[in-house]
Amino acid sequence: MNLTLKIWRQKDANAKGGIVTYQLGGVEPDMSFLEMLDVLNQDLIDKGEEPVVFDHDCREGICGTCSLQINGEPHGPDRLITTCQLHMRMFKDGDTIVIEPFRAKAFPVIKDLIVDRSSFERIQQAGGYVSVNTSGNTQDANAILVPKDKADTAFDAATCIGCGACVAACKNASAMLFTSAKVSQLALLPQGEVEADRRVLAMVEQMDKEGFGNCTNTGACEIECPKGISLENIARMNREYLRASTK
Amino acid sequence: MSGILKSSIARKVVMALSGLFLVLFLLQHFLINFTSVFSATTFNEVSHFMGSNFFVQFLLQPILILGVIIHFVLGFVLEYNNRKARVKKYVRFNGSANSTWMSRNMIWTGLVVLAFLVLHFYDFWFPEIIHKYIQVHPEDPTRYYGETVAKFTDPVRTLLYVISFIFLSLHLLHGFSSSFQSVGWHEKFYKGMRGATVAFSILIPLGFIFIAVYHYFNQV
Ligand code: HEM
Ligand code: SF4
Ligand code: FES
Repeated sequence: MNLTLKIWRQKDANAKGGIVTYQLGGVEPDMSFLEMLDVLNQDLIDKGEEPVVFDHDCREGICGTCSLQINGEPHGPDRLITTCQLHMRMFKDGDTIVIEPFRAKAFPVIKDLIVDRSSFERIQQAGGYVSVNTSGNTQDANAILVPKDKADTAFDAATCIGCGACVAACKNASAMLFTSAKVSQLALLPQGEVEADRRVLAMVEQMDKEGFGNCTNTGACEIECPKGISLENIARMNREYLRASTK
Repeated sequence: MSGILKSSIARKVVMALSGLFLVLFLLQHFLINFTSVFSATTFNEVSHFMGSNFFVQFLLQPILILGVIIHFVLGFVLEYNNRKARVKKYVRFNGSANSTWMSRNMIWTGLVVLAFLVLHFYDFWFPEIIHKYIQVHPEDPTRYYGETVAKFTDPVRTLLYVISFIFLSLHLLHGFSSSFQSVGWHEKFYKGMRGATVAFSILIPLGFIFIAVYHYFNQV
């Protein structure tokens, strides 16, 4: 395959940045999207140019590190996948592909296609934990019974890998899907009940403080989420928040 | 008030509740207007009641106006905050891949509805207020039908009303079901909710269009 790549290049956080166009040949349909970028980078290195900087780690869809807005969608046109799981067979010979960093005020660009997603970590730190008695008499976790349906719903919420595609897809750059998944995975379990009220208030407050936009229920996040995190979690967080703030 | 409105979720909930309140008002308004199609007498009776009842005039009407103001002011705040949340725009943004046009353009459909409200107040509300409270005419309970119908002799006004109701429909197609999600009712647990809101959002504006067009053709 021969492709035209339009890639956002930005020297550092303060540079203005802009789209640079590259022609790339010899792309195999079985390559992953990141492997295609590896080929481009090898070309650039051979020519003595600066390679394109992009985030990745596991390359098997579990860590959430790879990002990229591809042709206007986070992780590209396929569903329920991360960018490392996107294959070039989704594209045609001769295609033009626009590759940009995830855009949000709360995700500032560090360089080229890498953004700083530590705002997610600060939301998590604000309340995404449970208290555990470490006095030496710690109760066995399995001693607390959890109904199967609750356990399943909590597990589904816990599959969020914190990739930020929800924010990137949202026209409002809202982090409600991520935050609601992190609130839900604990709110649904008896272990999470102790801090339930404090947690939802603190995490939402941090989310607002980071400068994410406000949800308008467009549902773009749910569709673009590689883990299929449901909007149901946002409804749950809204309920939790209302309950906690009217106490 | 301003304290709780610092939180994005609290604002969302107020937005949703004010929207739902306006939806209820819309239904009530439609039912009254619809009587004008089949009975001038009924329309006059109900309008006379609404126009002269103390409770309606001095309690419900101010609440309604406040509801509208809260709703669109919060709409502007929401839009402003959301624009601020993505300072640098995408070169390419494929919104239609993952969301409806209605959900992405609430501010525009809302603005058209707001512009319509200005026209609607100019047409009906200000003349009423002047008639009743400034010029203080003696009340004639049979005047409403004629006054209302006369407005729809004008093809331009009729057309503007029709266009506005189409935008109202687009606004509600997203807004009505969205407001349930905002207050924490996900559609998965309320079967039929989506269908009911979609039906309402199409049928009620269509009904308003019918009334306007009916009066236009009924007198030309
Ligand atoms: C009779 C008139 C109106 C009705 C019945 C109505 C109804 C609604 C409803 C039910 C919602 C959903 C609330 C939510 O999801 O939280 C909504 C949202 C919204 N409305 Fe209205 N509205 C009306 C007029 C307006 C006006 C005049 C504006 C002014 C610009 C406006 C702007 C908005 C905006 C920006 C949203 C938020 C979008 C979202 O959350 O998805 N609306 N409206
Ligand atoms: S909710 Fe989905 S899209 Fe958002 S961070 Fe978690 S896994 Fe990524
Ligand atoms: S690199 Fe780990 S999910 Fe893509």
